[in-house]
Amino acid sequence: MSGPLLQVKSVETYYGNIRALGGVDVEVNSGEIVCLIGANGAGKSTLMMTICGSPQARAGSVIFEGQDITRMPTHEIARLRIAQSPEGRRIFPRMTVFENLQMGASLDNLKYFDEDVEKIFTLFPRLKERQMQRGGTLSGGEQQMLSIGRALMARPKLLLLDEPSLGLAPLIVKGIFEAIKKLNKEQGLTVFLVEQNAFGALKLSDRGYVMVNGQVTMSGSGKELLANPEVRSAYLEGGRH
Amino acid sequence: MQYFVQQLVNGLTLGSIYGMIAIGYTMVYGIIGMINFAHGDIFMLGGFAALIVFLVLTSLFAGVPVVLALLVMMIVAMLTAALWNWTIEKVAYRPLRGSFRLAPLITAIGMSIALSNFIQVTQGPRNKPIPPLVSSVYDVFGISISLKQIIIIAVTAILLTIFWYIVNKTPLGRAQRATEQDRKMAALLGIDVDRTISVTFIMGAALAAVAGTMYLMYYGVVVFTDGFIPGVKAFTAAVLGGIGSLPGAVLGGLLIGLIESLWSAYFSIDYKDVATFSILAIVLIFKPSGILGRPEVEKV
Ligand SMILES: Nc1ncnc2c1ncn2[C@@H]1O[C@H](COP(=O)(O)OP(=O)(O)OP(=O)(O)O)[C@@H](O)[C@H]1O
Ligand SMILES: [Mg+2]
Repeated sequence: MSGPLLQVKSVETYYGNIRALGGVDVEVNSGEIVCLIGANGAGKSTLMMTICGSPQARAGSVIFEGQDITRMPTHEIARLRIAQSPEGRRIFPRMTVFENLQMGASLDNLKYFDEDVEKIFTLFPRLKERQMQRGGTLSGGEQQMLSIGRALMARPKLLLLDEPSLGLAPLIVKGIFEAIKKLNKEQGLTVFLVEQNAFGALKLSDRGYVMVNGQVTMSGSGKELLANPEVRSAYLEGGRH
Repeated sequence: MQYFVQQLVNGLTLGSIYGMIAIGYTMVYGIIGMINFAHGDIFMLGGFAALIVFLVLTSLFAGVPVVLALLVMMIVAMLTAALWNWTIEKVAYRPLRGSFRLAPLITAIGMSIALSNFIQVTQGPRNKPIPPLVSSVYDVFGISISLKQIIIIAVTAILLTIFWYIVNKTPLGRAQRATEQDRKMAALLGIDVDRTISVTFIMGAALAAVAGTMYLMYYGVVVFTDGFIPGVKAFTAAVLGGIGSLPGAVLGGLLIGLIESLWSAYFSIDYKDVATFSILAIVLIFKPSGILGRPEVEKV
């Protein structure tokens, strides 16, 4: 397959009459880590969800592996191996940690479950201790780990992470970023992530996009964006974390 | 004491039937948050389907074994009811999903009326009798337990076990619970939400149809209005147990059955329905979410 793994072309997404995305173009190549930064309300989560068809783009197109998925139902998009750890984590509150992970492996009918769940438990030993606890009673950080773990259980080709560092202690964030890097290096996992922690995210990423008011205003390699004065003043003020 | 135990057995029998119907109300409510008012009529439809199968069977093969007859009646009733419920979900409820809350409710009432009128027109307005299928009665320490009652309680127990297993231990059940808790997230994980909802309607209808078959066998008659009172009682059972909760539906059903038969035995049979609904009102005043229902607030 030539061309990017994911192509978002002039996508417009609306909530009722309110336009949240006004013609967004983004590309993610196979094997890359790409990040999206932007202020609150810029439309980052909307873009993540639009890729998954919920809501669907009103104009423009989303292409995955050369296939137009703009009008595809969400569950069919998931079956193409696009997994998301969405904003707000969306853990099933009345299912155990274990069952939440099983839900992540629904696509393969739990075929690789035993093998994969061990990997998740190595990545997040905390989840192993809490396997039988109900999702809704986990702490915010634990829910975040579970949400990422659940997405990984789907054996994704493209992993979408909406603010994976939200609510996590710096040490855990570091662990998660390292884990992402490792999965990317060793298994070629492609990652598209939204981050408020712009410094860490840009350092981790091959490329980045900056979104303002539903539009991409800047893009470049992680290094370029980190060095860019506009980016520095808007998103990296307060310095390094 | 014997009299009391006798009433317990009767109440348990009746309660099993209510419980099986109540599960359909509670599952549908759980997964899409609507009360399927046509569910009582699905139960009645199950009874009619069973009756028709019985008449056809006995006219074709005289002397067909009762066990076999009951089994075939149950299966055909389940299929008929499931097909009907599946269809109304698809054509009448699904297009209204996401519209204002009362729309599906009104439609469900419409579906209920449509189905009972359809049966009235095609099957006639009178009670339809069925000859006694099983008539053995056993005497256990002075309590008479009929074979019918044993069958009803046993069938209920078996089906509820299967049901419990499906909902709690299989991928299908997990998908149902996931859809119930967060539909959007379920879809993000590859769950076909529409299909899962369809299956829920099918499962609820199948249980209601078994209840309808059991009801027909127990009372020996079925009439087109039968969807109403038992339907409302089963709905009450679901609310009493905590709408959305499966064990709650069963518990609620058993309680309503017990209250009804104990009240009729010791007080006035005329007021048994008043007693049932009064107890519902009292429970809801002190525990609005029902006995096993979860309170609305929850950390997510
Ligand atoms: N369901 C919705 N209905 C109406 N408007 C919405 C909805 N979801 C988001 N919006 C609006 O769309 C815009 C983009 O929201 P979005 O959640 O994509 O922002 P974001 O970049 O992810 O912000 P944050 O960093 O705060 O998570 C916002 O103005 C928001 O108010
Ligand atoms: Mg967001």
